[in-house]
Formats: sequence, structure tokens, C-alpha cells
Amino acid sequence: MLETHRLAARRGYAWLFADLDLCVAPGEVLVVTGPNGSGKTTLLRILAGLALPTEGEVRWQGERVGPFDARLRECVAFNGHLPALKDELTAEENLRAWTTLEANLLTPHALVDALDAVGLSAQRALPARILSQGQRRRIGLARLRLSRRVLWILDEPLTALDHAAIDSLGALLDAHAEGGGLCVLASHQSLPIAASRTRSLALAGAARAD
Amino acid sequence: MGWALARDVRIALRSKGELGVELLFYVIVVSLFPLATSPSRETLATLGPGVLWTIALLASLLSLSRLFAADFRDGTLEQIALSPRPLAALVSGKMMAHWLTTGLPVALLAPLLGAQYALDGPVLATLMGSLLLGTPILSLIGAVGAALTLGTRGSGSLLALLVLPLYAPVLIFGAGAVDAVRAGMSAAPHLSLLGAGLLLAIVAVPFAVAAAVRIALD
Repeated sequence: MLETHRLAARRGYAWLFADLDLCVAPGEVLVVTGPNGSGKTTLLRILAGLALPTEGEVRWQGERVGPFDARLRECVAFNGHLPALKDELTAEENLRAWTTLEANLLTPHALVDALDAVGLSAQRALPARILSQGQRRRIGLARLRLSRRVLWILDEPLTALDHAAIDSLGALLDAHAEGGGLCVLASHQSLPIAASRTRSLALAGAARAD
Repeated sequence: MGWALARDVRIALRSKGELGVELLFYVIVVSLFPLATSPSRETLATLGPGVLWTIALLASLLSLSRLFAADFRDGTLEQIALSPRPLAALVSGKMMAHWLTTGLPVALLAPLLGAQYALDGPVLATLMGSLLLGTPILSLIGAVGAALTLGTRGSGSLLALLVLPLYAPVLIFGAGAVDAVRAGMSAAPHLSLLGAGLLLAIVAVPFAVAAAVRIALD
């Protein structure tokens, strides 16, 4: 269970959001929407434990967690705006880097299967430098496919993905929620996931001025 | 730690251009001094240790931007900081990779380049030994500066201002060791101090760098 209590963040003098109480239970997908600059990325970074909120707190499994908290780092998989791919490394090496950082020890075969599943079997040994934007994002999908993390935090996961990849991400999220996982994602487009599991949060921008 | 080390070495070896530029810079600048000053053996032998040490230091500085900046820009550093593995160990691996790809070749090339300065066998051996002890300190101190300047504008020049004064003691004891041998004395006191500095840096720096990286990401 991921909760926030009276969470607030500001950028410069402008409050992005304030008094934000939210709760994501196992099996739920929280879709954060809102116009550009409304604080979606900031919220996601706070929830992932990468940034400190201006006010309020984040609770994970009932306990208050600060940035880079060890309890959160054991559980969270964060796919942010930045690709975290090395141009010099191949698709497979990049994927292995991710799973190693997650302390998720896999057979080489599992990596190959995951890349096959996201349609990158032919690009497996190519350096990430020559992959297209969408193909690079698909490596991130393969990472999620292998991840054993409970809490997925995805910032604009649909960017540069084609219809087939979006459908496969939807199926992946459904399966994750089905298995008791949690997900918070920010998106401008709608995702093909079961509505029963989805909750949405609209950030409207400046909630208060001072 | 081993993972970060292997990964960074692999990336450095695949981007041969950058690595080559740093080492070429070292080789070329060291070779320019005998051309620009006098060809007298005595002058060159006096200048040699200081020149080699100073340029080794600049070569290390030149490569510092490679240490964290690329990982910071492409988001890898976020993933590293979010890993359940201890951040201090992961950044230690990165610093070791930095030394293996810059400090170590610089130290190994030194006897070859030192020959241009009419330095003889024992002096060249001390030069290499002092660089082998001193360049890891440069990588470690530099890493703190590189992590602290992440995300700041004009971080390159700021990094130089921050790090160069801290490099000074390493330079003094490193070049001092070589001078001592040239004067017929023992290099042991200088080398012991370098060794002590290295041990201190190995213990303290990873935690400082880990803290600086977390600040930079927030």
C-alpha cells in the first residue's frame, strides 16, 4: 500500500500541488493526468523516492519513507523520462544492467525471451545508439516484463510506442495488477487496461498561492 | 561494485575516441616541454618529474566529466541510486573504472615519456611508482568534485576550480618522491604519505560521493 499524507511540492514560488492525499492499494493502477507543468513528474519522482516533497510525507506499507529509503528501493521499479540506456552497450547489455541493478538475477535465456516478447529479437546485439526511439522505449518494457518489483512508477510510458506496444504494455499492467502489484503512471493518453483496477488523479495546477 | 566496474570499463573501451584523446593529450603535452625548453640534459632532468606529474593531473581532470555526467544526463544515475545495492559500493566501482582507464595507463606510460627528460632507471621507477599510488587519489578526489558539480551550469570550469587545489598535496608528494631519488635520498617518506592519503580517500570518498549523487538527483 502506497499512501501520501498532505503532500505538497513547489517549483520556485509556484505550488505544483498541495494537501495531496492519495492511496494506492495492491492490484490498483493509479493514472495521473494533468496539463504540462502540473507536477506529474515531480509527484512520480517523490513517490519513487528520488525527491523530497516540500511538505507532507509518503508512506509505504504503512511506514513513512524518505528519499532513497532502503525499504522503498527494494520494491520500486521506476521508468522515468530519461531512458537510462547506454549508447555504447547493446540492447541485451542494457537490459542486463537494469536487472542487475534490481538485484534480479536471471538466466541469459530470460533476457533473450523478454527482448523477443517486446519485438527486439533482431536488435538484441545492436548498440542502443542505432535503435529508434520506440525501440529504445521497448527495452524499458522488457525491463518491466522481467521486474519482480511490486511498485511500478512509470512516467509517460506510452511516449514513442506504437499501437502494438501500447496494447502489450496494457496487458503487462493488467497482469501486474492481477498479481497484486501496484502501479502509478502519468500519461496523456488512455491505456488499454481493465477499468475496474484503474483509478485516476487529475492534477490541475496551482492549488494555493503564498 | 564489480558490476559497475565492468560496465564502465566496457563503455570506456567502446568509446575509444574519448579515451584516446585523454591519453594523447598526456603524451603530446609531455613531449612538447622538451621542444619548448632547452635540450640540456640537466634542465630536462630537473623539469621532468614536475612536468609529468602536472600533466598527469590535468589528464585526470580532463576525464572527470566522463565519470558521472553522462550517467546523470541519460538517467542511469537515477536507476543506480534507486538500486537496493549500496550506492557507495556502486560509485566505488565507477571510480575504480575511471582509474583503470585513465590513471593506470598514465602511470604505465610515464617511464616511456620520462626517457625524453633524460631520467635514468631508478628515477623512472620511482616516477611510475608515485603515479601508481597518486593517480587513484586523483580519481577519488576528482569524483567528489564531479559528483558535487552534477547538474550545475558551467560545471567543467567549476570542477577544475574545486578540484585543482585539492590535487596540490598529491602533486607535491608525488613529484617530491621523484626529486628525492634524483638527489640520492629515499623516496619512502613521500610514498608513505601518498599511500596514507590513498587509504584515507578509499575509506572516506565513496560515502561523500554517494551523498553528493543523492543531492544532485533530488
